[in-house]
Amino acid sequence: MSARTEVPQQRKTSPTVAAGADFLDTRVGASKMVKEFARKIFPDHWSFLLGEIALFSFVILILSGIFLTMFFVPSMTEVHYPEDALPVTMQGLEMSEAFASTVYMSYHVPGGLLMRQIHHWAALMFVGAMTVHMMRVFFTGAFRRPRELNWLVGFTLLILGLAAGFSGYSLPDDVLSGNGLRIADGVLRAIPLIGSYGSYMLFGGEFPGTDIIPRLFTVHILLVPGLILALIAVHLFLIVWHKHTQFPGPGRTDRNVVGYPLFPVYTAKAGGFFFIVFGVLAVMGATMSINNVWNYGPYDPSIVGAGAQPDWYMLFLEGALRLMPGQTEYVIGGFTLSLNILVPGVVIPGILFTLLALFPFIEGFATKDTGEHHVLDRPRNAPVRTASGVAILSVFFVLVAAGSNDLIATHFHLSLNAITWAFRVLFFVLPVVTFIVTKRICLSLQRKDRELVLHGHETGRVVRFASGEYIEVHRPLDEHERWVLVAHGPRRPLEIPAEEDSAGVRRPGHRRDRLRQSLSRFFYEDRVEPVTPAELAAAHAHDEHDAVDARPARETIGTQSH
Amino acid sequence: MKALAARRRHRLAPVILMALALLFTGVVYAAIAPSAAQADTASADDLTEGERLFITNCSTCHGLDAEGTPEAPSLIGVGAASVHFQIVTGRMPMDANSPQAEAKPPQLDEEQAQQVAAYIASLGPGPSIPSAEQVDPTLGDAAAGGALFRTNCAMCHNAVGAGGALTEGKYAPALYESTPTEIYEAMLTGPQSMPVFNDATLTEEDKRDVIAYLIEQREPNPGGLSLGSLGPVSEGLWVFVVGMGVLICAAVWIGSRSS
Repeated sequence: MSARTEVPQQRKTSPTVAAGADFLDTRVGASKMVKEFARKIFPDHWSFLLGEIALFSFVILILSGIFLTMFFVPSMTEVHYPEDALPVTMQGLEMSEAFASTVYMSYHVPGGLLMRQIHHWAALMFVGAMTVHMMRVFFTGAFRRPRELNWLVGFTLLILGLAAGFSGYSLPDDVLSGNGLRIADGVLRAIPLIGSYGSYMLFGGEFPGTDIIPRLFTVHILLVPGLILALIAVHLFLIVWHKHTQFPGPGRTDRNVVGYPLFPVYTAKAGGFFFIVFGVLAVMGATMSINNVWNYGPYDPSIVGAGAQPDWYMLFLEGALRLMPGQTEYVIGGFTLSLNILVPGVVIPGILFTLLALFPFIEGFATKDTGEHHVLDRPRNAPVRTASGVAILSVFFVLVAAGSNDLIATHFHLSLNAITWAFRVLFFVLPVVTFIVTKRICLSLQRKDRELVLHGHETGRVVRFASGEYIEVHRPLDEHERWVLVAHGPRRPLEIPAEEDSAGVRRPGHRRDRLRQSLSRFFYEDRVEPVTPAELAAAHAHDEHDAVDARPARETIGTQSH
Repeated sequence: MKALAARRRHRLAPVILMALALLFTGVVYAAIAPSAAQADTASADDLTEGERLFITNCSTCHGLDAEGTPEAPSLIGVGAASVHFQIVTGRMPMDANSPQAEAKPPQLDEEQAQQVAAYIASLGPGPSIPSAEQVDPTLGDAAAGGALFRTNCAMCHNAVGAGGALTEGKYAPALYESTPTEIYEAMLTGPQSMPVFNDATLTEEDKRDVIAYLIEQREPNPGGLSLGSLGPVSEGLWVFVVGMGVLICAAVWIGSRSS
């Protein structure tokens, strides 16, 4: 009632604001930008907010990181921890300045420990949210044309996230981070020919030297965050440029976006979500201790503690190293070939990451798909993609578990040796099994969808006709349900032209097409055809026939139950 | 009953049934699981009583003269410290063949343990039970002890004594519950897989420093919950369980349509 009278009053902008807006508009075209961005439509789904968790974690990383740089000293100069400073277990010990400043910051700078813990939890969350976001994009096929490049940008962001994390947790120069650096050094040295030179270059001489912490500091606070910021800008620009994808639903097609405008709805939602993310990370930082470096002590190359593991996103590399048999080190003509490190440290992550980065292109090659896709796939409707993703994840999980094998052994009272052998077998067997099982589940779910569209929901009500025939009454789907289930088109293996034309001349490019066809068969040979409009119409005619016949019988049952 | 029958196809029914089944299993297990039995009480003469306790509780495996059998080693010359450690931590008498003797509620009380230890010590010389002053953590230097612990112990027991895995189902136990005397005796005698740290490798003062460091670890953690002090694996688990869990719930809430 009063809204009507108030609206014109709100619209009337003050002369100063108008002048400011005009100033910006005439110089940088602000009105055009506001119009473009504020009216951007963003579809509603919780999984579209996973990327925002990563983005907000990164903002929190930068804010808390700025605080930490004020107190952290990136130097490997030897000092003695003050005798009168906490904790008592560090008093008078010899250590690097980097370690001393980290411990001192935790105990004697107000808010120092809180900031360190928020920073570290945010780092774990940053990579975690990126990974989960990437899984969402993968399993819904959001990487398909035109978004392949943005997939690559996101993939690069993930790798940079790993680099940021690794360079960050190596900075305090504690025993655990030193162990991690030593493994990185070992992996680098295992690369034939250039390895040892690379190691000397990285560490400025023999490991550990005194150069690595200042170098990692520059990498951690300047190089990697700068690259991440730049790529986040590209990532977000491409989202705006391509428009956001949407799940199949009523009225949603590849030619529209159904949702709410960025301003005011999504600015409010995202703004609020930022504070939720900040709040959760602050509560974690305040109540859950993380990376208590004084527990590990100052780095000394002779020390390795039990349970020496990297942060979770590096754990799969640790697992690969733990699984690889150590006998695969060979000396050829005076040169050592450490396959026991090269394979788990370089080859396996190389294969996993290459597969992940190139998957959109592999799938694109198989489908020869040239259409634009803005409606997401339901994972079941792309069985081989979903199964491939699950297989890759299963390998990742086997390696993560193998990296934690000592904790599994102590907490579940198992033999470390037995666990290691089990994981060695699972590394090869599990991806195959999960691939087959996932694919079968996807196909079965598609069959169930088909059944639902054609026959409707089972109601559990069995009726008998006058003729003595029994049927179960099915409730037809409503329009919304049906839209979701029939929105996808059929996907079939590619047909390619014959090898030779009628004159018997070989067609150029046939071999490439054959490869494409066999890949396409791998993707789409086993399939469940989606319901066609003709099938739907036929099913409806059938249903109506049943419904007419069943009506009197249903009424009888209805009166009985009252 | 009718109300119950009407809800038997409710989608939470399997969850509730499973929870009830687990609860039932747990209660039954707690009721029938074997509990430790108490041995009979001691008499006046320590050595005689010690011998009697030895014959009752230990001689089946270690032999009537403590000279050992194919199943268990000779105890002549192991010393009082070793016997005392094994008995007060409940590792001996052993109740089952497992990769290593498990700590459990002790079968013999402190006095009885002292009596058996005295009896074994009378058979041949060996390390004796440390005095209260030798194990007093307030006399040790926790910082020096920490450095010694990281160099000599952390590779099996973890940097703060949270324990760790060894091969073939053996493990280095967590040290949070161990008394200073037990820690000292373990270093002195090297039970099971543990190496011996005699007074030539770790002096008496060194051992007291290590004890001071381990007792210091029982102070409250400045950063909040310790999450088991297990390092990055548990931290990674918790960031997904707590952090990601809560944030995904929040995302579901924000992403749901308001209208």
